[in-house]
This record gives sequence, C-alpha cells and structure tokens, in this order.
Amino acid sequence: MVLLRFAGKGFANGLIFLFTPIQLCDSIAAMDISVRPSAGSMALISAVLAVTLLGLTVPVLGVIPPAPEVSDTPDDWGDALTLTWVPPGPGDLTMGYEIWRLEVEEGGEITPPAFADTVPASEVLTAAGWDMAGDADLGDTVWVDSDLEKGQEYTYILVALTDGAPMPSAPTSPEAPRRQILRNQRINILVAVALFMLTVVVLVERARRGAKLFIRRIAGLEAVEEAVGRSTEMGRPILYVPGLDPMDEVGTVAAINILGQVAKKAGEYDTKLICPNRDPIVMAVAQQVVRESYSAVGKPHLYRDEDVYYVTFSQFGFAAAVAGLMLRERPATNFFIGRFYAESLVLAETGNATGAIQIAGTDSDAQLPFFISACDYTLMGEELYAGSVYLSREPLLLGALKSQDYAKALIIIAIFVGIMLSIVSPDIAEQFKALFN
Amino acid sequence: MKTRGPIIVAFVIGMLMMIQFFTPNPFFLRLYNIVLDWKQVVLGCTFILGTWSLIRYHIKKIQRHQENWQYSYVTLIGLTVTVGAAGIWKTASGPYPWLFNNIQVPMQSTMFSLLAFFVASASYRAFRARTVHATLLLVAGALVMLGRVSIGAYFSGSILGVEISLVEISDWLLNVPNLAAKRGIMIGVGLGMTATAIKIILGIEKTYLGRSD
Repeated sequence: MVLLRFAGKGFANGLIFLFTPIQLCDSIAAMDISVRPSAGSMALISAVLAVTLLGLTVPVLGVIPPAPEVSDTPDDWGDALTLTWVPPGPGDLTMGYEIWRLEVEEGGEITPPAFADTVPASEVLTAAGWDMAGDADLGDTVWVDSDLEKGQEYTYILVALTDGAPMPSAPTSPEAPRRQILRNQRINILVAVALFMLTVVVLVERARRGAKLFIRRIAGLEAVEEAVGRSTEMGRPILYVPGLDPMDEVGTVAAINILGQVAKKAGEYDTKLICPNRDPIVMAVAQQVVRESYSAVGKPHLYRDEDVYYVTFSQFGFAAAVAGLMLRERPATNFFIGRFYAESLVLAETGNATGAIQIAGTDSDAQLPFFISACDYTLMGEELYAGSVYLSREPLLLGALKSQDYAKALIIIAIFVGIMLSIVSPDIAEQFKALFN
Repeated sequence: MKTRGPIIVAFVIGMLMMIQFFTPNPFFLRLYNIVLDWKQVVLGCTFILGTWSLIRYHIKKIQRHQENWQYSYVTLIGLTVTVGAAGIWKTASGPYPWLFNNIQVPMQSTMFSLLAFFVASASYRAFRARTVHATLLLVAGALVMLGRVSIGAYFSGSILGVEISLVEISDWLLNVPNLAAKRGIMIGVGLGMTATAIKIILGIEKTYLGRSD
C-alpha cells in the first residue's frame, strides 16, 4: 500500500519536505505496487498530486519499503540468506533500516503482524516472536544474514527508520539456506585445473616412457653456463639474488629452483656463490639448497653459511646493501631471479656499471622493461618457471613443462573462438565469455 | 625419508589448500587460517635466524679484516642501538621513532631518489636507435611520454581524413599493443605458476629441497 504520511503527522515531527511533481512520480514508481492502494490512500495521493501540481509545499515523512527479496547466499555452507531491496526513491525520508527475522515452522503460515500507529513497530514484532537480525544503512540494498540453521525456513520484515514512526514492510516469502559443496563461481577454475593436472600427468608419463619432447631454446638459460664459466675464468664470485618476495610466492620457489642448478654449476667450477636475502625463510631454504647442490657435485666443503646470508627486510636497505656488495666484491656474474619491485633498476644498473654479465628473470611485468634495458639476458614471465627444468633437462620435469604449451594452445583457441563469436553473434560471445568469469 | 617426508607434507598441505579454495566448508577455512597463523609464527622465529646470520656475517668480516671491515662495526652498533632503544623505551616514543624518522627514512628516500638517475641512464641505453626495433621503441616511447604530459593535448592532426590527437595515439599504444603484450606475459606467468605448484604438490619438482633425485 502506498502511504504518504503528511499533514498533521508530518508537522508534528517537524519535517517539511518540498515535493516536486517529478520526485513524487519517481517515488510512486519505486513503491511496492503489488498491493492495491485503498480508496483512502488513493484520495490522499490525489490530494498530494493536486497540491503539488499547484506548486504548493507538502510535508512528507516517508514511504513504507517494499518487502525485500530473500535468496540463498551462494557459495556458502548452508548458513546464510541474502536480502535485497530497492533503494528509497527521491524525497523519501528513510534514514536506515532494521531487519527482523522469524523462524517459520514446517507447514506453518506467516501471519503479518498487526501494526498500529500508537504502538512502535519493534514492540509489535517482538510481541509476535520476531527477532531483530540486524540493521542496514540508508545506502545499503543488500544484507546477508549469517549463522543460520541449514534447512530451516525464515521470513523477514524490513523496517524503514524515519524521524517519525518506523515503517515496516510486508513479510517476505519463507526461504531456507542451502549448503553448497563447491563454490559455484569457481567451478570453471576447478575444471581448468583438473584438465591441466591431467595433461601434466599424461605428459610426465610419456616422458617417463622415453618420448622426445621439444622445448624451444631460451637464450637467458643457455647463457647460464657461459656466465658461470666467466666468473671462474675471472676468479670473481657469482651474485645470486632470489627476489624480494617470501617463500610462499611461486616466483620465489622458481628462483630457488634455479639457484639449485646455478649452485651445482658453481660447485663444479669451484666458484664462489654469494646469495644475499631479504626474507629469513628464503635465506634458510637457500642455505639448504646451496649446501645440497654443492654436495650433489661432490664439493660439500665449498659451502659457507656466510655466503648465503640475511641482509634486511627493508626494501631499499636491501637494495643499498646489494649495490654496495656489487661495488666491493665486483662479482663477474649477477643473477636477479624472482620477484622484484622498484629496486630492480637500482640493482641492475649498478651491476651494469660494474661490467658484470647479468641474467635477470621475473614474473613482474612492471619490472621487465628495466631488466631488459640493463641486463644482458632476461627471462620473461613463464621462462622464469621453466628455468630449473631447462637447466636440469630432467625428462619428468620436461613433461610437466610441455603441458604449459598445450594449455597455451587451448587459450589461443579460446581467444580465437571468442573473437569469431564477437563478430558473428555478440550474444553467444557474451555467454562464451561468462564461462571464463 | 629425508626427501620423502617433505614431499608428503607438501602434497598433503598443497591438496588441502587447493580443496579449501574450491569448497565453502568451514573446516577448510579454519585450517587455512591456522596455516596462516603458523606462517606468522615461523616468520617470527626465522627473523631470529636472520638476525643471527647478519651478526655472524659481520663478526667474521671483522675477524678476517676483509675489505671495508670497519663498516661492519656501523652495522653491528646500529643493530644493537636500535634493538636496545626499542627494548628499553618501546617503539611508540623515545629514541626508536627518532632513529626511524631521522636515519632510516631519509636513507631509504635517498636510495629511492637515486632511481631518477638510473632511469635516465637506462632510458638512454634502451632508446638508442641502432636497430629497427630500438627505433620503434624510441618512437613509441616518445609518443607515449608526450601524450602523458599537458602539452601533448595541443598536438593533433589528420590521418586519412580522421582527426586524431597525440593523447589518443598515446592511449592507443598503451591500451592495445602494450596491453596485449602484457596480457600475453601474464597468461604465461599464470600457467607457469600453476604448473610449478602442481609439480611441487605431485612431488615431480624437488629442486627446492636441494636435490632433484
């Protein structure tokens, strides 16, 4: 029912609102028109319209909110419902909302509480067994009620708060929260990961049986041997910086994997390897990897704890320390492998000034241009993850690397299909695009 | 067992974290939060390890009188004074915030400001028009830079009867060829990350343990 409280009540609450005809029409359009207005209300509206069209001032308090929509909250464990409602129209004096909830017994009917102008809505609702579930601000149109019981039906009333009496909506239709085993919005990712895992397993199995797998040449990784040899010839150390990120970043894991291969080559040539670290966990892992790599090539005595050490957690403190190290120790080869930030250029340019051969590798697209301009070789994006496989040439790892190529081929096909669909049928293209959202 | 133990741990934790990503089951969410809490605990402990590593590095440098060993005293004294100030007067007031605001912050700002000079020298090297590719980079770079500054809005002209401004050319270079290359790299990075994670979870990649056998 459309209700506009005005005249005496409006003045009593000290509220005066200038209602323009357009605002009034908008308000009526936003109101719940599912219930027929009573004759009295119609007369009231007609009076307001007439007065407004004559350009007079009409004091109005607010509008009864329409009943909210209740639906099961997606991707939850069956303990939440989501309420949505339309925002108040222009000129509506609603200041916020209270949300009241009632557990519906099985087979039970919902009897709308009998509100009266003389009794506050909260008292009526409390007396009728309703609980206040929470409140929402004026701008809110969505509210999630959590910690509910799975399968239990609930109904809600939205109470609009004004400076005058609160205005309750009609009760919603009952709804029960349902449990989802999987997050529906992530099913496409699950399918993609499952397919990718399957491809990895199949290709690893093929590699195990001795299939020849072609891997394209990566210049930056081909140069590792040459770079280590250069250090050996010059009698100067190798510097290896495994990025600034912690150990739980995949880029750092890839950097540590490459460190293992570089340490093996350094061990073979009896060349000193220095590895300063910004993260203490990465330092602990790097120490273990270098120690094991030296042992693997029969040179465990080469390992010294002070060559793989912690510097500082401060970003530019670390950059200053490594730049200073490059100027003092003059390493013949610098490796900057992993994730870097603004300090990348400080490191790469200082290394360039010392005349060292520099190999960088990062998955940070923002830092790639700096490395490309200041280093001799740069591993771009995915090449960073291929590093340890490429250097070790282990058949099983080659199989896993090959799966990336197949996945890339699938992505290229999907992009091509998307382009063609966009040209032929934009509607189907949108549906196709939705598969990847 | 030395290798198998960590591989089993990596497999179990990796699979649990993967399941957690796909299911709203609160058990997995709790488990995820526990793992995050433990990560903080482990990080705290390894800071002790890191500090000890730093102290040992500089003590050995002093003992061996390596090149510039005198500066190691500065590091060790700085470390002792800062930790001592934080321990005695706490971090909210007293000498610790003074040390941080008047020594640490200006030194970091100095290092950061050096970037301006490094950008200049790197740009000079990258923009030398010695090859076709480098010339293209130079032209594209010049157009983008001009299009980003106020004066760029005053440059416009007609190409095949279509009025076009330098700002539009700059935006096109950034949003079409540049973004396409960037996305290509990001797709490769995403696949590389996933493949590395799968290799570790399945125990195919063992280099991070220090051995690949």
